[in-house]
Amino acid sequence: MARVLSFTIVLGTAVTVILFWRRVWWFPPNISTQGAGVDREFGLTLLVTGILFVAAQLILAYCIGRGRKSGRAAYNTGNLRMEVARAVLAAATFIGLALSSYRTWARMYFIGAPRNALRIQVEAEQFAYWFRYPGPDGVFGPMHLRLVNDATGNYFGLDPTRDPASRDDIVTATLGIPENRPIELLLMSRDVIHSFYVPQLRIQQDIVPGMVIPIHFTATRTGDYEIVCTQLCGLGHYAMRAPLKVMKEPNFKKWLAKQAAEQ
Amino acid sequence: MTPTHSQAIPRKAARGFLRKYVFSTDHQIIGKQYYFLALFSALVAMLLSWLMRVHLAWPRLAIPGLGELSAAGAPNGMMTPEYYLSLLTMHGTLMIFFVLTTAPQSGFGNCFLPAQIGADEMAFPRLNMLSFWLTFTSLGALLSSFWARGGPATSGWTAYPPLSGLGSITGPGEGWGQSLWIISIALFCVGSLLGALNFITTTLDLRARGMTLMRMPLTAWAWFVTAILMLLSFAVLLAACVLLMLDRAAGTSFFIPAGLIVSGQMIQGHQGGSPLLWEHLFWFFGHPEVYIAILPAMGLTSHLLSCFARKPVFGYRAMVWATIAIGFLGFLVWGHHMFVSGMNPYSAFAFSVLTVVIAVPSAVKTFNWLGTLWGGRLRLTTAMLFALGFVSIFVSGGLSGIFLAEPPVDVQLHATYFVVAHFHLVMGMAAMFGIFSGTYFWFPKMFGRMMNETLGKIHFILTFIGAYCVFMPMYFLGMAGNVRRYAQFVDPYLQPLMPLHRFITVAALGLGAAQMIFVFNLFGSLFGGEKAGENPWEATTLEWVAASAGKDLVVYRGAYEYAVPGKEKDYVMQNAPDASGSRAEKGARDGNAN
Amino acid sequence: MATQTKLSVLEETRGGDGDGGNWGEGSRGRFGWDPGAALPVGLTGIWIAMASITMFFAAFTSAMVVRAGLGADWTRVALPHILYLNTAILLASSLTLELSKHCLKAGRAGQFSGWLFATAGLGIAFLAGQLDAWRELAARGVYLARNPACSFFYLLTAAHGIHLAGGLLALFYLVARHRRIAEGAIGGTALKVTTLYWHFMDILWLYLFLMLILWV
Ligand code: HEA
Ligand code: HEA
Ligand code: CUA
Ligand SMILES: [Cu+2]
Repeated sequence: MARVLSFTIVLGTAVTVILFWRRVWWFPPNISTQGAGVDREFGLTLLVTGILFVAAQLILAYCIGRGRKSGRAAYNTGNLRMEVARAVLAAATFIGLALSSYRTWARMYFIGAPRNALRIQVEAEQFAYWFRYPGPDGVFGPMHLRLVNDATGNYFGLDPTRDPASRDDIVTATLGIPENRPIELLLMSRDVIHSFYVPQLRIQQDIVPGMVIPIHFTATRTGDYEIVCTQLCGLGHYAMRAPLKVMKEPNFKKWLAKQAAEQ
Repeated sequence: MTPTHSQAIPRKAARGFLRKYVFSTDHQIIGKQYYFLALFSALVAMLLSWLMRVHLAWPRLAIPGLGELSAAGAPNGMMTPEYYLSLLTMHGTLMIFFVLTTAPQSGFGNCFLPAQIGADEMAFPRLNMLSFWLTFTSLGALLSSFWARGGPATSGWTAYPPLSGLGSITGPGEGWGQSLWIISIALFCVGSLLGALNFITTTLDLRARGMTLMRMPLTAWAWFVTAILMLLSFAVLLAACVLLMLDRAAGTSFFIPAGLIVSGQMIQGHQGGSPLLWEHLFWFFGHPEVYIAILPAMGLTSHLLSCFARKPVFGYRAMVWATIAIGFLGFLVWGHHMFVSGMNPYSAFAFSVLTVVIAVPSAVKTFNWLGTLWGGRLRLTTAMLFALGFVSIFVSGGLSGIFLAEPPVDVQLHATYFVVAHFHLVMGMAAMFGIFSGTYFWFPKMFGRMMNETLGKIHFILTFIGAYCVFMPMYFLGMAGNVRRYAQFVDPYLQPLMPLHRFITVAALGLGAAQMIFVFNLFGSLFGGEKAGENPWEATTLEWVAASAGKDLVVYRGAYEYAVPGKEKDYVMQNAPDASGSRAEKGARDGNAN
Repeated sequence: MATQTKLSVLEETRGGDGDGGNWGEGSRGRFGWDPGAALPVGLTGIWIAMASITMFFAAFTSAMVVRAGLGADWTRVALPHILYLNTAILLASSLTLELSKHCLKAGRAGQFSGWLFATAGLGIAFLAGQLDAWRELAARGVYLARNPACSFFYLLTAAHGIHLAGGLLALFYLVARHRRIAEGAIGGTALKVTTLYWHFMDILWLYLFLMLILWV
């Protein structure tokens, strides 16, 4: 059994290392400016924990494989200095890792969106997302709860007849954004907690009813992606998603104009 | 089976079967009751995980028999998304509360905490019985929701409002099912609180003569610290459950904000509550809870590695302090479950640092386990194999916690299968290995017979390999962006991952099948196992003291006196009188000092 | 929860007082192993129970502080004046219980029973007073779900009331056996445990009342 077990551990360790090394399954490519920080942080942590992982498993396998000697073991109750030293080392390593992630986090959450950011409202409901662009006036018209009506397409409860600011607002089911321009999303939910997650953007944020949560990012690569909901929100949770379209600036303008025309 | 308890205290002859085996106040009977309750829950929860796994891998497959079981949840055997969520909620709730909080702590703890510290009984036997029956009622309430209108709750084991707070308008299962879930958990809280009270008092007051705190076995330390965690954290969960129930039933607004529109309907009468408040209360309990699940298994692992490596525990004092540190720090890190919840991003950073600090005592423990094994004379019994498996799997699962503890990395990995992999390895597998090793180790003491070692070893190797095959691949799923709690994987970007999902499902079925060997071995040995001797593993702690030693136990030394130089045998029992003055002897008298 | 804890705690402690309970054979001292010492596990138990109850109320009150800071919907409620009277009654009951204990020590059996009865009576009066506070609020149309501030008022007073009722049951237990306790036959630990718990309920109420004054 000793040989079987230590062999299994070594084999399992090797397979795991290979799978991580060869990146057989990996993150989808990053398409945002802050994503590089996330990826770097992940890589660094993988390196450190990987070393610990391999070391611990191999030592364990070694102990199991070599533990069949005869006679009596040494009476050894430990070594306080060694233990303290190792605890301090482990603490320094782990805290160092945590601190090294500080800058990326700060960039995501401590610093607000730049002033030239394009602001878009996101409204989540069981089980869909809706997006609202403020239109040429740059102002979101006020929302009226009573007017919210999915059947008539008034997802945000707008009243264009009374509120001039609402008249040019554009409401879409697709999140279209220009490439290389800061985007600020204002996340809102009308029923339960949902979430906004685009793996390629390296962004995930819960959408909590009763709160407006801002997030910001800059997409760097055009293409069609998916926004998925990651917070358990009911039976349609698995199917709650919306398309994300990252376009070159001129294409985005054309796309937005088309959306406006269709309203 | 006749109980072969070590201290043959003449108890009052129990009156009748009911008093003796059902409404018993005997700590051993209660411990076994808890154990079998956990076993039953584990088997139900495992069955649910099979159904989930099969559905995830082959969503269009009609599962034979499921249609008959729940006509609404699975018409013609085709699982509906809401039924999947019900199964998920029940699986998580059963496993966390009724298996992992129950078997290692209330089960083994009741059986062996008094025995290990040299007490005849728990401090409050009647309270002990009450705890068990509250837990039993709680399980009944939870399982009954399978037959409630709308089926069991669908909001996961975390029950975030408003989904869980508004009633059936947010979905089937959120009516009666969710109410039953809350009632069940509230009852469970009360039962656990009373149990914890009992454990702490017993440990403080009823230790045998000479059993100083620093001579207690590490298992007893683990039960003690776990009980403190339970005492403080379940009180908070109970409070949270009361608030949630009031929101649902009495129209208060603790967690429900104003102006909600659910399925086109305006929700009247709620104002200004905060879902984040629930998240804070829940995780203030939830994080200590995961350590409640692992600490007894850690204690047991330390215990067994020493016993079967025939060496003293490496760094006994460090182990004790690490246990205490984990318990204390466990109350300060709950925010790491909420990095992306919308809470204050500045506090995220404090939680992050505290979280990695709590990994240090875990690392200390890992170092010391390896230190105990180093140069040991290993006896690879099944119990030992599971303890070794624990170390391997705990490292594989624990290290991924470091990724999750870094807020920007968690942004990418939160709510994906990376998290599912993390907690199944540490909790679903490592802590479960603790239960298994405890079973193989203590079975002779609990039932007077030995378990079959050959079957045990087959069970071990299949479970060990199975655990890695099922849960390691989930890391890769998570990295690829596979969201958890999805009833099906319909997104195009998830399609390339389906082969991996099928592999996991097949492995999970195999892993589950391997558990049948365990169940067979358990019940087979119960009736047909070889009779056990007084101290079959040549262990040192008091639960193995021969019944003939009488009740006046006196403890002379620490719990891990293996390989003591100059002794005839390679172990010295804790109650062996102090005879000589060798150096090791002296060390032992000071409580196994370093 | 408290109710059951209390009762069982009392029952189990009998053994240690040497009143013929069958359970004390293996008795060991508190925090040690002095075989000569009595077995007041009840005392340890009540301290631990109090820690847990503290946590329970800490959860409620921190939820209250957080919730109060959340929104504009936090409308303050004028607290019924009877609460001040109730507070005085509860404080007085702690005093009478101490007097009762003192008389027992001094061997004045009659006075011991008298003060014990008075304590139980004051306890009942307190609960009745709390109910009256509820009635007054209800008469003003202030119900549980009216706004979060009154939700917390009802919640905290109810939760405290239930825990206090547990203490009251313990007092009844003592009252029912006051003769034998006075004779010194039983109940030394039970009296100690009850006193501790009763004072704890007192302090808990002062804390809750302060929180209510500050926030509700
Ligand atoms: C038994 C249960 C258990 C244990 C022990 C842990 C342990 C840890 N957990 Fe885990 N966790 C859960 C159960 C557990 N967790 C559960 C159930 C969830 C999800 C809940 C849900 O959402 O449903 C979760 C989720 C979770 C999250 C939130 C993820 C998210 O939702 O986004 C985080 C984030 O920080 C985290 C971190 C950690 C850390 C840092 C540890 C650390 O304590 C780990 C420490 C261990 C080690 C670091 C390994 C030590 C070994 C070495 C260092 C090797 C030594 C090397 C040599 C000798 C060479 N956990
Ligand atoms: C103890 C904890 C535990 C255990 C053991 C397991 C065991 C398993 N889990 Fe579970 N799981 C959870 C806790 C656990 N799980 C939790 C908390 C969640 C999250 C719920 C939520 O999101 O709300 C979850 C979610 C979860 C998911 C995610 C679903 C989703 O997000 O959509 C999946 C998917 O594959 C899964 C699969 C499995 C499988 C295949 C097994 C098993 O097949 C593995 C095989 C089982 C065993 C090896 C143990 C058998 C035990 C015995 C035979 C008896 C032991 C003896 C005694 C108890 C006395 N689980
Ligand atoms: Cu919306 Cu999940
Ligand atoms: Cu945690």
